[in-house]
Amino acid sequence: MFSYLLRKLGVIIPTFFGVTLVSFVFIRLLPGDPVLLMAGERGMTEERHALLMAQFGFDKPIIVQYGKYLGDLFSGDFGTSIITKQPVLEEFFTLFPATMELSIVAILLAVCVGLPAGMIAATKRGSAFDHVVMTGALAGYSMPIFWWGLLLIIFFSGILGWTPVSGRISLLYYFDSVTGFMLIDSFLSGQQGAFKSAVSHLILPAIVLGTIPLAVIARQTRSAMLEVLSEDYVRTAKAKGLGPSRVIGLHALRNAMIPVITVIGLQVGVLFAGAILTETIFSWPGIGKWMVDSIFRRDYSSVQGGLLLIAAIVMIVNLIVDLLYGLINPQIRHTD
Amino acid sequence: MSEAILVPEVDTRPVGRIALLKEFWSYFSENTGAVIGLFFFLAIIFIAIFAEFVAPHAPNQQFRDALLQPPFWQTGGELRFPLGTDAVGRDMLSRLIHGARFSLFIGCIVVSVSLIVGVMLGLAAGYFRGRVDTFIMRIMDVVLAFPSLLLALVLVAILGPSLINAMIAIAIVQQPHYVRLTRAAVMSEMTKDYVTASRIIGVKTLRLMFVTVLPNCMAPLIVQAALSFSTAILDAAALGFLGMGAQPPAPEWGTMLAEAREFILRAWWVVTFPGVAILTTVLAINLMGDGLRDALDPKLKRS
Repeated sequence: MFSYLLRKLGVIIPTFFGVTLVSFVFIRLLPGDPVLLMAGERGMTEERHALLMAQFGFDKPIIVQYGKYLGDLFSGDFGTSIITKQPVLEEFFTLFPATMELSIVAILLAVCVGLPAGMIAATKRGSAFDHVVMTGALAGYSMPIFWWGLLLIIFFSGILGWTPVSGRISLLYYFDSVTGFMLIDSFLSGQQGAFKSAVSHLILPAIVLGTIPLAVIARQTRSAMLEVLSEDYVRTAKAKGLGPSRVIGLHALRNAMIPVITVIGLQVGVLFAGAILTETIFSWPGIGKWMVDSIFRRDYSSVQGGLLLIAAIVMIVNLIVDLLYGLINPQIRHTD
Repeated sequence: MSEAILVPEVDTRPVGRIALLKEFWSYFSENTGAVIGLFFFLAIIFIAIFAEFVAPHAPNQQFRDALLQPPFWQTGGELRFPLGTDAVGRDMLSRLIHGARFSLFIGCIVVSVSLIVGVMLGLAAGYFRGRVDTFIMRIMDVVLAFPSLLLALVLVAILGPSLINAMIAIAIVQQPHYVRLTRAAVMSEMTKDYVTASRIIGVKTLRLMFVTVLPNCMAPLIVQAALSFSTAILDAAALGFLGMGAQPPAPEWGTMLAEAREFILRAWWVVTFPGVAILTTVLAINLMGDGLRDALDPKLKRS
């Protein structure tokens, strides 16, 4: 297991440096130099420009600049927002819980619906239920989620008036953030209706963000289940006279879970990409909306820092998934 | 069964291009969804090519007397504008029809660029192995470390928002998948006897790579091309929706949705129809992709 971990790290560490290189190069590829970008439309005199270039070290050779950038990163300095003048790292982790809460609820929704749907579809292969689930999954997989969000708003907020259109909680409630998770905080606050308000704000964005993972999980569960159900040991179990619930629940499900868990883990990247669109539609104050806003505000140091942090999080989660996968499946960790 | 061991198995399947196509079609047509998807896709291609003749109006023509007019079946609607008009009085149906051109164009360009670049890199990595392989694959790992839409968004921010730049960004984000697939396929082909044989008789490197090995790696690439065609359309629409893709007044479906956002609670049709167009097109391509995979991938055949 240890050598497997080392092998994985041997891939992930160079990748991480590649990612830092991308985020380092990013700001230098933009038209104009970094100081002019910071100055925005105000402009500045020649001397002040030269002074600032020297102050930020932009006049040094590019390799020295990259070295300094890496040094800053390792001491926890991910840059300062050009607009708000706040450290990017701080802004990122203030907003991160909102994205995490949304993503967790979305993935829970996807697993709770997608897993049983895929399982039942596999056991009733060729039935009407199977066709409905598979068609639905393909439609979900093909869904432009930004449009799907707008449709849900039209129906549930516009026509039925059940849910609010934007934000995390009604402005009527105010309490200090304890965990950063609105569901928990609103519950802890003990204010009448606060929790209900938080739920009603969360439900539509979570459905929108969970749609693609749900479709992927349902499809993957079905095909993994079908593969396992045709294995010899399942036939043996059936031949031994075990009931269908025991064969499927105990023997088949456990083995079918291995690829499914990997797929669930791989949805982190999908969730971040989806969060960009979902948060924009629902004005959800998380990382995705912050990235889009930063791009439009030309707050490039925030974009640079956010890009790196998001990639780092995706890589760490993927590493954990890989390690878990190696842990449950020895075949993986012993072969390359 | 004992003779069977002595006699080498003879492949009795029909050969030749026509016969192969027939075999392919017989597998493909087993999948009803794939056939529906194929015909739908052909219909969209037809509409896109003949948009000028099919569409009742020009896509950017404004009818000042008919702003936000509902579809014909609702009160206030008329057959002149079957799917209603948008906020500046442009015919929705005509815009959607012209929008099909954008989506197909985006799909074609993105898939061709990422396929060609990806296959080149994958072929080099799988054929030469060693340092070339490590170098190429590490770069691909870096590209894949970013969520695709985010990287595309940032690339467009660097290049400047436009349709062409959105396509370049999406192509860059997609090509690692082709590199990985090609590399894996090339590596498994390289161990086979026919490659060794060609090498012994002195076939040159480039010919060996492109003429001998590559054609045998096409099946997974064709399936991937179909799937990434639909992803390209979705991503381009998403970028358009965020204001980073095709710019107004282009009738690109994602851009149309972005313009329609403020009328979401007043005029459902300006929001609904562009999305239906994206969804059905992408769905049709994905149905086709599933059929292609079943027909081309012998491992999954009849599973």
